[in-house]
Amino acid sequence: MFIKEYISDVYKAVKSLLTGMKTTGGYFIRPGEIITQQYPENRDQLNLPERFRGEVVMLHDENNEHACTGCTACELACPNATIKIITKFDVSPEGKKKKALDTFVYHLELCTMCNLCVEACPTGAITMAQNFEHSVFDRSKLTKKLNQPGSKIREGVE
Amino acid sequence: MYTETQVIRNNTKVTVDGALDGTGEMVINVGPQHPATHGVLHLVITLNGETIQKIEPHLGYIHRSIEKMSESLSYRQFIYVTSRMDYLSSHINNHACAMTVEKGLQLEVPPRAQVIRVLMDELTRVASHELWWGAMAMDLGAFTPFFYAFREREAISDIMEETCGARLTMNYMVPGGVMADLHPNFQRRVKDFIKLFKAKIHEYDELVTGNIIFQNRMKGVGVLSAEDAVSFGCTGPVARASGVKSDIRKLYPYEIYDKLEFDEVTETAGDSFARYMVRMGEMHQSIRIIEQLIDNIPEGDFQAKTKAVLKLPKGEFYTRVETARGELGVYIVSEGGTTPYRIKYRSPGFSNLSALDHMARGSKLGDLMATMGTLDLVIPDIDR
Repeated sequence: MFIKEYISDVYKAVKSLLTGMKTTGGYFIRPGEIITQQYPENRDQLNLPERFRGEVVMLHDENNEHACTGCTACELACPNATIKIITKFDVSPEGKKKKALDTFVYHLELCTMCNLCVEACPTGAITMAQNFEHSVFDRSKLTKKLNQPGSKIREGVE
Repeated sequence: MYTETQVIRNNTKVTVDGALDGTGEMVINVGPQHPATHGVLHLVITLNGETIQKIEPHLGYIHRSIEKMSESLSYRQFIYVTSRMDYLSSHINNHACAMTVEKGLQLEVPPRAQVIRVLMDELTRVASHELWWGAMAMDLGAFTPFFYAFREREAISDIMEETCGARLTMNYMVPGGVMADLHPNFQRRVKDFIKLFKAKIHEYDELVTGNIIFQNRMKGVGVLSAEDAVSFGCTGPVARASGVKSDIRKLYPYEIYDKLEFDEVTETAGDSFARYMVRMGEMHQSIRIIEQLIDNIPEGDFQAKTKAVLKLPKGEFYTRVETARGELGVYIVSEGGTTPYRIKYRSPGFSNLSALDHMARGSKLGDLMATMGTLDLVIPDIDR
C-alpha cells in the first residue's frame, strides 16, 4: 500500500509541475500574446487618457489670455500648499481698481495630483496635463509659474 | 543584531555573531530592508536553530502621522491622504472616509454614484488580490506568476487611469459621490477585462494552486484557529480562512451591497493554503458583483450637491468597510468646525500582523515567508 501511495504521489507531483511548465511554455510559442511595452523607446506612441493627472497647467488661448481671476479657491482647496497665488490691482481707464492675477506659483515637488484644485476652480482656468516625466536635477526647477508672461485675463470672465 | 528588551529580559550577553549567551537562542532581524516583508517591516526573530521562538514586529519606519495630519485638513482634503495608507485598496479607503463624512452631513448619495463606488471597490479588490497572488508566489520562489498577475492587474489599472485619472492613488471618491462621471469607454473596457480574467484565471490554478511544491509549503503552515482569529482581532480573508464570518459587506451592508448576490468565501482549515483559497474565491465573487452591476448602472447624478465648505455637526461618526485586507474603520470626532477634531483609522493590517507571532511560533524560518505572504501585509496600512 505504501509503495502504491508513494508512486501515485510522485506521479501527481510530476504531473502538477508539468502542467505549470506547459502554461509558461505555451507563451514561448505564442509570442503574439506578450503585452510588454518598451517604455522609453515607445514614447511617441504613448497614448495617455485625457483624464490622466500629470501636472497642473493653466489654459491659455491664442490671444495669450487665461481665465484665472485670482480668487484663490484652488489655493484654499490644495491640501499640501502646492499653489500660491500672488495678486495685483489692475486700474481700468475709468480709474476703478480690480483684483487680478499677478503670478500663479505652482510647486510641482509638493503636488500629489489629487485634482482638488481643478475641481475647486470656478472658471475652469486650470486643468491637469498628461506630462508625467518630471525628473530634473535641481528641485528649484520644479517650482513653476503657470501664467505665461504677458498674459491677461480673458474678457467677460468674472 | 539584538534588541535591548531581549537582553534586559533574559539578562544575557550577546556575542559577536548575534547569539544570546547560555540560551542557545539567536536573534536575527528580518527587514526593514528585506524583499519578503513587502516594505519596511522590521521583524526581530528569536531562533533556536531554525525554529522560531518569538517574533517581535517593530513598526514606525513609514509612519507619516496621517491621523494627526488629517486634523489640519478640511473634510474634502483629508480623503486624498488615505489613498496612501493601504495603497492597494485606495478606492476603498477613500470610500470609507467619504461615507463617514456623508454620515455626519446626513447626505444621500445618488444611486448612480453608489453603483460606481461599488464597481470601483470590487475592481480594486480584484487588482489587490492579483498583486498579492503574484507577490506571494514570488516570496515562495516562483518568479513567473508575478508577471501573469500584473498582466491582468494592468487591465484594471488602465480602466482606473481612464476614469479616475490615476493608477494607484485615485482620490476618486468625494463626499457626496464620485469626482467625475464614468468614462464613455468604461463599460466596454470592464467587459473586456471580465473576458480576459475568465480566460486567464485557469492559468493561476495550473501554475500555482495545483503545484505540488506550493501545496506542500502552504498546507498546515501558520495555522490560526477561529478563537485566536477573533481574539487577535483578525478580519478579512485571514479571519475567513479560519471559519470566522467577518465580511462587513454581508454583516453591515453599506451602499448597495445588500441588494447584490455574492457569497462570503470561508474555509475552515485556518492554514496558509486556506487563506490562499479564500482570496482566490474572493476574486471570483468580485467578478460576479461586477457582472451584476456593469449593465445596470442607473442614470442620474454622479455627485450629490454639497456646500462649498463642509461642516460636520458636533459628534462622533464611525463607519466600516471591507477592504481587500479586512475591516477598515474610520472614526471622526467633530467639534462642529471645518476640520476634524480627531481621526482614528482602524486598519486591518495592524490586527492581522499581531497574529503573526502566534502563528509562526514553533515553525521553521522558511515557513514564515508563507505565513507572512498570506497575511497580505501592506506596511503603510500598519504604520499610517
